[in-house]
Amino acid sequence: MSKTVLLIEDEPNIIEAISFLLSRDGWSVHTHSNGLTALDAVAERQPDLIVLDVMLPGRSGYEILKDIRRARDTEQTPVLMLTARGQMKDRELALEAGANTFMTKPFANAEMLDAVRALAGA
Amino acid sequence: MTRLQLKPNNWSGTHRDFIVNTSANFLAAVSVGYVALLFLVAFVAEQAARSGHARWLRSPLVYTLSLSVYCTAWTFYGAVGFAVRSGLEYLTIYIGPTLVVIGYWWILRRMVRVARAQKITSIADLISSRFGKSNTLAVMITLMAVAGTTPYIALQLQSVTLSFEAFSSAGVVDGPNDPGHSNATAFWVAMALALFTVLFGTRNLDVNERHHGVVMAIAFEAVVKLLALLAIGIFVVWGLAGGVPEVLARIETSEINSWEVIPSRWAGLIFLSAAAFLTLPRMFQVLIVEIDDERHLRFASWAFPLYVMLISLFVVPIAVVGLESLPAGTNPDLYVLSLPLAHGQTSLATLSFLGGFSSATSMVIVASIALSTMVSNHIVMPIWLRFTGGGATVSGDVRHVVLLSRRLSILGVVLLGYAYYRISGGGAALAAIGLVSFAGVSQFLPPLLGGLFWRGATRSGAISGLTVGFAIWLWCMFLPSFGPDAVIPAEVFVHGPWGIGFLRPQAMFGFTGLDPLVHAVFWSVGLNTLVFTLVSLLSFPSPLERLQGAQFVNVFEHSSRGQRWQGSAAQSEDLMVMAQRILGPSEAQALFLRAAQGQGIEGYLPEPTPDFLNHLERELSGSVGAATAHAMVGQIVGGAAVSVDDLIAVADEAAQIMEYSNQLEAKSEELARTARALGEANEKLTQLSVQKDTFLSQISHELRTPMTSIRAFAEILRDETDVSGEEQSKMSAIIHSESLRLTRLLDDLLDLSVFENGQVNLNVQRGLLADVLDQAVTASGSGGKLAILRKPEREQVMLTTDLDRLAQVFINLISNAQKYCDAARPVLRIEVRHVAGKVQIDFVDNGSGIALASQGLVFEKFVRLDGQSESGAGLGLAICREVVTRLGGAISYLPGQGGAAFRVSLPEADKSI
Repeated sequence: MSKTVLLIEDEPNIIEAISFLLSRDGWSVHTHSNGLTALDAVAERQPDLIVLDVMLPGRSGYEILKDIRRARDTEQTPVLMLTARGQMKDRELALEAGANTFMTKPFANAEMLDAVRALAGA
Repeated sequence: MTRLQLKPNNWSGTHRDFIVNTSANFLAAVSVGYVALLFLVAFVAEQAARSGHARWLRSPLVYTLSLSVYCTAWTFYGAVGFAVRSGLEYLTIYIGPTLVVIGYWWILRRMVRVARAQKITSIADLISSRFGKSNTLAVMITLMAVAGTTPYIALQLQSVTLSFEAFSSAGVVDGPNDPGHSNATAFWVAMALALFTVLFGTRNLDVNERHHGVVMAIAFEAVVKLLALLAIGIFVVWGLAGGVPEVLARIETSEINSWEVIPSRWAGLIFLSAAAFLTLPRMFQVLIVEIDDERHLRFASWAFPLYVMLISLFVVPIAVVGLESLPAGTNPDLYVLSLPLAHGQTSLATLSFLGGFSSATSMVIVASIALSTMVSNHIVMPIWLRFTGGGATVSGDVRHVVLLSRRLSILGVVLLGYAYYRISGGGAALAAIGLVSFAGVSQFLPPLLGGLFWRGATRSGAISGLTVGFAIWLWCMFLPSFGPDAVIPAEVFVHGPWGIGFLRPQAMFGFTGLDPLVHAVFWSVGLNTLVFTLVSLLSFPSPLERLQGAQFVNVFEHSSRGQRWQGSAAQSEDLMVMAQRILGPSEAQALFLRAAQGQGIEGYLPEPTPDFLNHLERELSGSVGAATAHAMVGQIVGGAAVSVDDLIAVADEAAQIMEYSNQLEAKSEELARTARALGEANEKLTQLSVQKDTFLSQISHELRTPMTSIRAFAEILRDETDVSGEEQSKMSAIIHSESLRLTRLLDDLLDLSVFENGQVNLNVQRGLLADVLDQAVTASGSGGKLAILRKPEREQVMLTTDLDRLAQVFINLISNAQKYCDAARPVLRIEVRHVAGKVQIDFVDNGSGIALASQGLVFEKFVRLDGQSESGAGLGLAICREVVTRLGGAISYLPGQGGAAFRVSLPEADKSI
């Protein structure tokens, strides 16, 4: 059974792109686009990996991540954070919140796949 | 009335022989010798006063004797004549002053105290000082005093000349009427007196104007006068009449006894003499200015009446005996001279001559000192200071100027008297001048007493009263004194000026039958007082007048008794203590040390010489201001009361300092304001910087998001080979649409930047609102399910604006509704209405609208509202706001409309276009 990834992102075209890439790499991809209900989706899916955008409608990715880390059954779940803001401050905030990997948009597809594979293998 | 006549008397031959022997040279020598003696007396007194061990100089006896300056040649010679003509009436001239001196407690004591406290130098100074230091008043009084005194001085010169002639030329028929001779006599006498006065009257420039030498000389002359009259009296009573009982018997039978007393004249004369005693400049000088100790008044209160009594004791006997024994037609004014002469008593006659000479000289000397002080202080110095612009400090050069102006003033006053003597020719005009003069200066009485006792008295009152009184005096007394037709035509005396009987000089306001003297005094002083009182009641005193009024009226509460001026009693130690407090110890010590070394004294305590005190005052004034420094030094050195003037000056300085500190405070407040403004600006900059960061970060996000999709799919298309054609076309479509989004974003950014920098070029056209809306609806694409409701009949509005930009705004608003209206069946209503010259276009949808908290933010750049999808530029409404503002309109969010509601309001097109 393939590993599951939960993609929390609100841009439809980006969802499309990432879903396409990860599906081709053998992941079972679930998506969610609302920040407010993202935690419920995480709890429901119990994914092996979470790809999390920072700027989400309703709630920021950092806050969601902190709650993910607080929940016992997801505290170890690897999280790849994506942000369209490319400043150092954003990277620090992401790692502080508990992200395993941080990537800036736009990203190279190969990089994204490498990062996901690395997290899955860990 | 007294009468001094130029005509020499016809004396018998026996006496003529003697008189011929008595050469003019002899008399001249006696006079010169006498004046030399006066010089000596004055000089010795000055020296003694300077060395400081001459208590007798300051004795009450000297003071009392100096008051005898009241008894001039007019009284010396004239009293007998007065008695011959008017009986005992001559006594009134002595009763007035006697009453004033006996009642010194009420008026004189107050005047002395006020003068001391205020450093008063003359009657003009006293009155002007009381009424707010009014120089106008001072000048008025000075001029009036000069006008009133000049004829009086002329009278003295005349009496001396007359006695000279009576003495030296009695037997020579032609000689005495030689006018050149008598003029020369008068001139040389005047010059000698001027010289004496200049020498001893302007010796020093004391603050308090004391002249010990002069006072001593006057006292000496008082003794000579008294001795002369007593000697003649004794000679007459015991030598000629044969004893007291015989004299009394003669008086019984004499015609003098038959004179009746006229009460109104007596009252008028007593009042007049009392008033003159207080207001005559020379009396003010000796009574008030020259007094050393207030307690002398007590001595004088009995000693002066005694002196006056002695001097008038033998008047009646001399008059009676003269009337009987001398030939008819002999001038009774010269009885004191002609009686001893007629009996061959050369030395007695010489003594008598000296007595008259003393009376005349003392009057001229004191009067010219008093007048010169007034003229110099109130007329010459103010003019000099105005023209030189010099500061009002008496030091250095100014001192010399003051002395010079005093000296010139003395010379001027004496010469004025001489000129009057020459011009009047010593005729009948001079006869009444004594009383005329008295009445003139009596005009000072209302402002003097009013100023001393009534706080309500004002400057305007004093000036008005003086003007009225002086005018009436001139009209009713001074001008008529020259006799009918001399100045005023006889016609006027009978019918009044221009036939106005009301203003007849001797029957003002229709009051006839009064004695001319009583009439004039009554009206001048009476109306003076009335006007003074009324105007004072009606006018308001200035602050300075109020202060001075309080100082004068309540003088006994403000000053201590018997303050003495002791220039040498200054305590260097006290000065040192004060200086240290103000300058700081080291500077003060250095200053005192230098001064002490300069004086050749070891240590830190120099003698408090005037130079040192001036220097110290200057140093102190650098720290505390001139007035304060003066007051401080004055208090230690002089023991002087600090005058109101000083206090006012101190207050002025304090006010200046306060103003300065206020300015400083204002400046520091200004600085604080500037600092606050800078802080605010800085905060704004910081905010701007934060906004800029936020903006950049948002721009970055907005650019990266479409870029992410584009790059991802582009890489897939490039790298993956097994992508289906359907997928390929879908990906291409995404890439394409995201590219468009990117382009749109860049366009928006450019638009916004152009608008914000004000570089926009508006393409203003005329068009129908309906057309613009059509265009916008078409451009936004009817795609989606949004229904747009319009009322085309209301959209027929002509606009003059940039139609394309306006369409852009409408497109933005429509697409917002398309994107964010969350109703199941979204509807957008577009409504147009006219309000107050404006067109309002409302865009209201039926969605959930914008949360209240966010409503204020919707027009900010990149504001993403809760619940909105992240897509969309976030610049739309910001651009709308910019555009509408440029078009002269406004855009706002309308709360409470059910859904999101925006209102664009635009100015209506000018109908004329």
